[in-house]
Amino acid sequence: MDAAAMLRGDARVRRRRIVNRLAESGATIAALLALLVLGVVVWTIVKRGGSELSWGFLTKDLPLFGQPGGGIAPLIVGSAILVGLATAMALPAGVLIAVFLEEFASPRVRAPIQLSIDLMNGLPSIIIGVFVFGLLVYGHPQNGWAGSVGLAIVMLPLITRATQEVLRLVPAAQREGALALGASRWRTVLGITLPAAAGGILTGTVLSIARAAGETAPLLFATSIFGRTTEWSPGHALPNLPVQIFIWSESADPEDHRRAWASALVLLMFVLVTSLVARLVLARTRRRMG
Amino acid sequence: MTQELRGGRRLRDRFGDRLLLIVTCAAGVGAVALIGFIAYKVIQGAHLALSTFGLSFVWHSAWDTNRNVFGAAPGLYGTAVTSVIALIIATPLALAIALFLSELAPRSLRLVVGSLVETLAAIPSVVLGLWGILVLGPFLADHVEPWLHRWFGFVPIFGGTPSSSGIFPAGVILAIMVVPIVASVCRELFLSVPHELEEGALALGATRWEMVRGVVLSSSRPGIAAALILGLGRALGEAIAVTQVIGAGWFIHSSLFAPGDTLASRIAGQYQGAVSKLQVASLFYLAAILLVIGLLTNLVAQVVVRRFAFQRTGGS
Repeated sequence: MDAAAMLRGDARVRRRRIVNRLAESGATIAALLALLVLGVVVWTIVKRGGSELSWGFLTKDLPLFGQPGGGIAPLIVGSAILVGLATAMALPAGVLIAVFLEEFASPRVRAPIQLSIDLMNGLPSIIIGVFVFGLLVYGHPQNGWAGSVGLAIVMLPLITRATQEVLRLVPAAQREGALALGASRWRTVLGITLPAAAGGILTGTVLSIARAAGETAPLLFATSIFGRTTEWSPGHALPNLPVQIFIWSESADPEDHRRAWASALVLLMFVLVTSLVARLVLARTRRRMG
Repeated sequence: MTQELRGGRRLRDRFGDRLLLIVTCAAGVGAVALIGFIAYKVIQGAHLALSTFGLSFVWHSAWDTNRNVFGAAPGLYGTAVTSVIALIIATPLALAIALFLSELAPRSLRLVVGSLVETLAAIPSVVLGLWGILVLGPFLADHVEPWLHRWFGFVPIFGGTPSSSGIFPAGVILAIMVVPIVASVCRELFLSVPHELEEGALALGATRWEMVRGVVLSSSRPGIAAALILGLGRALGEAIAVTQVIGAGWFIHSSLFAPGDTLASRIAGQYQGAVSKLQVASLFYLAAILLVIGLLTNLVAQVVVRRFAFQRTGGS
């Protein structure tokens, strides 16, 4: 091989190396960029919201229109009621669907149900808002029930999926052992399978609560016109964090923006802490069971 | 006595088995019925607008509460444009992040960086939108948009004056929401590429990038497509964050810096109440269009995913 050819080969190798290096650093930069965006968002909210946050802000009623002061206690109470009711509806339904899919359904029956769950998961949440508006609000006053039904529809596919996943992880030997000992189907499911899966179902539920707590669109037409005091009855419109943050963010008053930042901090902390804890527990459950 | 007890137990077991089956089966059927009922209810709500405007609603662009004339065209345009912007920005970023997490990052970093990227997806959209309107929007208007305008201003989409709320910031916010979804799906895909193939390529002397391009990316193409369609579905349907940053303008403007509206943001923006029954029905009509688009994208994604999963498990 003459020198020129070797040099050419050398140049090509060098070019391949450079392209490789470029691609690698590109991927690293992209990952850093995502972390940077996350960092900037969280940092801005902590910085701008943190300076507004105080005990009074967490415990007082909503401010009078155009006046300084006030707090977000009604929003926290209302959000808790909405999410609590939604969990009470979605958890049993989701677990039952998952048990049916994993323990009873034949592949042919399974397919349409699984597809419905997947489609529900991908449904734009504003559609859910419009649906509950048409079903429960149009022609009536706004009410908390409608809002919690909307949130329940958001949570249902999440809980179903999470439950299915842990049910699949329950060792077949446990199930077969129970059946071999003469236990009936329902006793096996209620006494062996579900208790074994309980931890995973719980973390899945907590994750879906974290998701539902921040959902605005399903509540927008159901429970967005509310008073400034704490409301306990879901028969009335319930003040809630996401919708109020939305309203304050659209306002032109800088005082409202400060309130929005502080409320966003409260909401974000709740969402991040619960989902982080649930994720950690879930990872541990998976390692133990899988 | 024991015989009776055993008989009672057997009866109870038979009853219990039947009951559990019936109850869980009802829940399963209920899930299918719920999806159908949602679609029915949304279309039923749109009935008045459907009979008044017919299909021409889709390509008419008015939203006039005084004359009671409504159309969906600007919303369709805004939905399409913001989603395209989001995908253009998010696709390379998400793929790069997925490659970093599956091929490049040291094992100790993978879990941390991976869960931080997923945390980005956990931020509620109303919080991201608040950040979008008060921080990202002004930043784009001061730094990014003038730059785009100066260098690419001859293209109509970068004409117009920079502004902190409009189609472009909405697309960027959507990109931030789409990236973690696409990245986490693609990471799983890339991790499922058989190791022998990757090692084979490296053994033949390929650089890591050549291996990624020749083996990882090319064998995951249908899966990547499905991930992008899932991300697209998210971008099409996002209402709240978009409403906060897009500036609510019901017209089709060539400039990306101008305010606009998507189907979802127009619905959300009208939450304070509609004036007439026809306006409410028109909002339902918008929702029905969005529902059809959303269901179709999700359905396509599911089909692609299923066929791909079958290929990978059946083919190897």
